[in-house]
Amino acid sequence: MKKLLLGEQGLLVIFALAFALVSVLVPNFLTERNMLGLLQSVVTAGIVACTMMFCLAARDFDLSVGSTVAFTGMVAVMVSNATGSIPLGLLAALACGWAVGFINGFVIAKFNINTLITTLATMQVVRGLALIASDGRAVGINDPAFINTALSKPSGIPTPIWVLVALFALFGFVLNRTVFGKNTLAIGGNPEASRLAGVKVDRTRIHIFALQGLACAIAGILLTSRITSGQPNAAVGLELSVISACVLGGVSLAGGRATMTGVIVGVMIMGMAENAMNLLNIPAFYQYLVRGVILLLAVLLDNLRSSALGHR
Amino acid sequence: MRPLATHASFGVEKGAVHGLMGENGAGSSTLIKIHSGDLAANGGSISIDGTELVYASARDAFDAGVIVIHQELQLVPELTVADNLTLGRFAASAGVISRRRMIEHVSRRLREAGIEIDPRRKVKRLSIGERQMVEIAKAVMLDARVIALDEPTSSLSSHESEVLFRLIERLRAEGKVILYVSHRLDEIFHLCDSMSVLSDGRLAVHHPVLADVTREQIVAEMVGREISDIWGWHPRPLGETRLKAEGISGENLPRPASFDLRAGEILGFFGLIGAGRSELMRLIFGADPRPSGRVLLDGQPVAASDPHGMIRAGLVLCSEDHKHDGIVQGRSIEENITISSRRHSSRWGILNPRAEAATADRFIEKLRVRTPSRHQDILNLSGGNQQKVILGRWLSEQGIRVLIVDEPTRGIDVGAKSEIYELLYQLAEGGMAIIVVSSELPEVMGICDRLLVMCEGRISAELPRANFDEAAILSAALPDRASLAS
Repeated sequence: MKKLLLGEQGLLVIFALAFALVSVLVPNFLTERNMLGLLQSVVTAGIVACTMMFCLAARDFDLSVGSTVAFTGMVAVMVSNATGSIPLGLLAALACGWAVGFINGFVIAKFNINTLITTLATMQVVRGLALIASDGRAVGINDPAFINTALSKPSGIPTPIWVLVALFALFGFVLNRTVFGKNTLAIGGNPEASRLAGVKVDRTRIHIFALQGLACAIAGILLTSRITSGQPNAAVGLELSVISACVLGGVSLAGGRATMTGVIVGVMIMGMAENAMNLLNIPAFYQYLVRGVILLLAVLLDNLRSSALGHR
Repeated sequence: MRPLATHASFGVEKGAVHGLMGENGAGSSTLIKIHSGDLAANGGSISIDGTELVYASARDAFDAGVIVIHQELQLVPELTVADNLTLGRFAASAGVISRRRMIEHVSRRLREAGIEIDPRRKVKRLSIGERQMVEIAKAVMLDARVIALDEPTSSLSSHESEVLFRLIERLRAEGKVILYVSHRLDEIFHLCDSMSVLSDGRLAVHHPVLADVTREQIVAEMVGREISDIWGWHPRPLGETRLKAEGISGENLPRPASFDLRAGEILGFFGLIGAGRSELMRLIFGADPRPSGRVLLDGQPVAASDPHGMIRAGLVLCSEDHKHDGIVQGRSIEENITISSRRHSSRWGILNPRAEAATADRFIEKLRVRTPSRHQDILNLSGGNQQKVILGRWLSEQGIRVLIVDEPTRGIDVGAKSEIYELLYQLAEGGMAIIVVSSELPEVMGICDRLLVMCEGRISAELPRANFDEAAILSAALPDRASLAS
């Protein structure tokens, strides 16, 4: 039992046990409708977690993701409303997301400014831009085709879930099977050694942040489409739940260690806890408490696991 | 750290300065560390005023009145001089520090010691020389009876050194015992009443009086070791000039250095620690920014000046401290080997796992890395095996023309050493040009075709293998300053 819980797949085992337990104990949990709802609810966090995993694996992190999701969603709505073209709106949102990430990465890597300070600053700047652009109000989507992006159900499953699954697969591949992914992990393991081994550390870090911005834009577009309007106050606090999910999934804050399956499980555990509490009508205030406790337990478990591995 | 193999005994009179000298790793720092309680002695004893001291820790040595001032100073940069000097012993009443009283007290003590530093200044604003004064003042304020200084002038200007020497004279007059470790013979002659020469971890000679001792005599005493041929060196045909370094200088190497290296040649760089060898190599490889100088490979100037570009041009460096900037911790042996060469087997940035595994296995076998599998975390390997993995990283690259290895055998056992030497010979025979930076004189003499000696940031001598001579090499490595006459 101990071996099972503390082994490589320990988290997966715990998730499976928790899932089984919740299915039995919580009525209406294991239904098709609820399962799709659960997946829908983790789309935003899941997409952003894919790239946050790269940030963390390279010893960085990004606090501006929540603001970027809101801002790019707003850009998508406003540009498509103004031009009457949805593709143009989406492109503008993607470009803005990329730009925010690029600026983060450029400032951090080239000017050697602390990651916390830089992304804390852009987090506020970008949120400010979202509020200024919309004058603090929600902006409704004019073209129903945009709303249909999130409502459409190819093969009976909503588009956002398809996108989420595709991104999980894509970033899992990028992490393990590309030079970029391996360089990311190497930078997290030892940045100076990686530089002396010919890895372009600065450039890789900038790419990681730019990719993070792009992922935020995708999440922002899907979120906007689902709630049928651009909300300047959307996704507040997203950065913390995404980092929590990654850490829960075994991504090391010290860098150099990350797996896509871990992050998926981390995201799912967070989503499942919230979903189960909603079904049980537990007030939202308690949900904060439970999320915090889950995170602490996960980190403790990780600690136990590392020391168990160290003994071998 | 070298074990002091045989015992080193000497006595020092009250009010005397005793010099300790030895080649890199000869044991002078070890001896000092035993004095300060940082290392425990396996045998023997230390006595002050006839009482034998037994101490298990640095704290015991401290209480006995023995204070060592290390090369890395131990002051808190953000605090003032006065704060540093009273740290842990603030003159407080009811927990409140009287700043005025503290500063008065410190000023008086500094004046008594003849040190002119404003106690209100922050330590980070002081020069290195002034910081050293503060360290010594700290020792004086703690009523030290024995003060040991480890290479105190290594980072001081000549003016600062003179101020230090006057302070030492003063302490001597007060009856303190000073142990003075230095590579600089002129300083020892200038300051010390007596000296000991250490060689290979034993006390080679004790000179109670320095009056008729000569520089040549001391160099000869520092050498005094037998050399056996465990190196397996054979003459090799050398090719054309492969690497030309012209006027290389940078922040840590102010004076420009130039040298040539031929294909198939093994060139040694010897020098005392801090002579600038690693700094020069890092500048050539582009690990540190290189504001001036250029590197030519096979007659062509290399445009790049960062590691990424130098590797592609065919010049690589295995750095001195592979734990710090060589291995990628937490990643597998395979990833540590293929981190650079994977670009050859990947296409459009997508890896070829089969080719990578084959590369890793090939070099694990070729370099005889002792590991159960290529998936092992590199942290689980011994130092020598980690070193081999880093070598494998470069050997798996393509078109490497110049290999620089900095301290390739530090901290590894004899068996692994000769494997690495054998590999270097093989590579040289294949036409690679190799630079070996080492602090071990027998090693560079044993395996190199030619030797450059560095001293205080410049190349001070060049010797072909036929002229290798320990005394000549050491003499070129020892700094010689004429500025001490005053």
